[in-house]
Amino acid sequence: MNLFNIIEEIENVDPEFTERISPRRDAIKNITSFGSKVAVSALPFALGTMFKKAYGATAATASVVDVLNFALTLEYLESYFYNQGTASAGLIPASDASYIADITDDENHHVTFLQTVIKSLNGTPVTSPTFDLTAGNGTHNGPFKDVLTNYQTFLAVAETFEDTGVRAYKGQAPNLMGNQVVLTAALSIHAVEARHASAIRYLRALSYGAAITPWITSTASVGNDTGIVGVNANYAGEENVMQGGVDVSKLPGVTTGSTIGIAAATAAFDEPLAMADVLALLVGTFIVH
Amino acid sequence: MKTETPENFKDAKIARRSFLRYAGAGAASVGLLAVASCHKDHPINFNRGIDIGSGDTGILNYAYALEQLEAAFYIQVINTPYSGMTDNEKAMLTDIRDHEICHREFFKAALGAKAIPSLTVDFSKINFSDRASVLGAAKAFEDTGVNAYDGAAYLIQSAEYLTLAGKIVSVEARHAAYIRNLLKLGDYAGNDVVDTNGLNTSLTIAQVLPIANTYLSTKVNASNYNYVA
Repeated sequence: MNLFNIIEEIENVDPEFTERISPRRDAIKNITSFGSKVAVSALPFALGTMFKKAYGATAATASVVDVLNFALTLEYLESYFYNQGTASAGLIPASDASYIADITDDENHHVTFLQTVIKSLNGTPVTSPTFDLTAGNGTHNGPFKDVLTNYQTFLAVAETFEDTGVRAYKGQAPNLMGNQVVLTAALSIHAVEARHASAIRYLRALSYGAAITPWITSTASVGNDTGIVGVNANYAGEENVMQGGVDVSKLPGVTTGSTIGIAAATAAFDEPLAMADVLALLVGTFIVH
Repeated sequence: MKTETPENFKDAKIARRSFLRYAGAGAASVGLLAVASCHKDHPINFNRGIDIGSGDTGILNYAYALEQLEAAFYIQVINTPYSGMTDNEKAMLTDIRDHEICHREFFKAALGAKAIPSLTVDFSKINFSDRASVLGAAKAFEDTGVNAYDGAAYLIQSAEYLTLAGKIVSVEARHAAYIRNLLKLGDYAGNDVVDTNGLNTSLTIAQVLPIANTYLSTKVNASNYNYVA
């Protein structure tokens, strides 16, 4: 894995990335030395931290087209995933075919819609990256190696993609403030991704016995409620109960003297993910280098 | 507040200032502040109802009104379960009830003295013993909630509140998809709520409040957003 290839990839998504980090020569030095020290397997998580530094905790000011190209990259992934699933003979049972087909259609429409919007803003839509749906970075031998032959793995990856997609769109909303049309459109896709997430979760619970709810019901310490191994990072932070400075788990519950509690408090609020955190989860796993 | 004189009003203002300076004052001053603020920012006119106000406070009160309505609805649903409610349905609807109570209490806490009062609901149009009636109403509440948050988001001036609205709207969308699946499996994103671009519909405040008001005895207005009942 070449770190600078990854930075190049981020630049495709966010052309200002180098600009963000270039005034800080130290940051680049740190990235170089860091890269040599850290085991490759730890990189997705380590990168997340460094990108966070580059963007700054509060000064993330990606342009509208940057945000839309980021969204388009995620939609390429989802669209590719569902289209590949649909094309894999024997993967999706006939009973679920139309259920999954409706999601596939929505994701394909999102791709077309975002390309159109980006062009209408005189931007250039990014081209689709190369994907590895096993999360193997091109080896097609990653942790989800049976994603296109085992329907349960397919649904598990679908759930993770949808829940992560919701977080990704949510994280970009502040970057679209002041642009009523684009903000509303992005939030409208965000709501559809949440419907998909609910739908996949419901299907897994209803038909395949997964002990999950249509919403993300976390514990006090672990965000991931899916029972899927290896995706804790996608749900990191969903266990948050502090909203606008208020611990919502301690607010009054339904009966006098009761409180909301951790489960309902975590499920009642979905948490955002920053662009860099989302890319750190995908680049080098599902997005090939 | 009928007997309020300009002198009293001035006192109330002083009470507000000292409250702000000494946040955490006793319950008595909180009560005074609430009454004074309520009177000033959200005049109750018995002909025309309550106004959400303006700015981020207005949008938060708008959300607070909708969450009050949803919470009251699901509390009733669980208190008087429809005939044939399965254990799993009861568990999920109880979850939703608790999420809506959490949203309601969150907005109440976030708004503090600027919150509109508790609203009186009117669910006479809903037959709580009938599954189709209850889930039909639930679908309308959830889909309208999603439309409302998405349609008002651009009016929010604070990035923090915008993110908070985003955190809630996706949960409302999860609820909506679940309720729709209960009514008709596979209808989680029906073409009445998701357009041919794959976008969820959205509604303005002036479109949402007339719908909400059909379930409210206390009418909610948004005079700054082109709607008075």
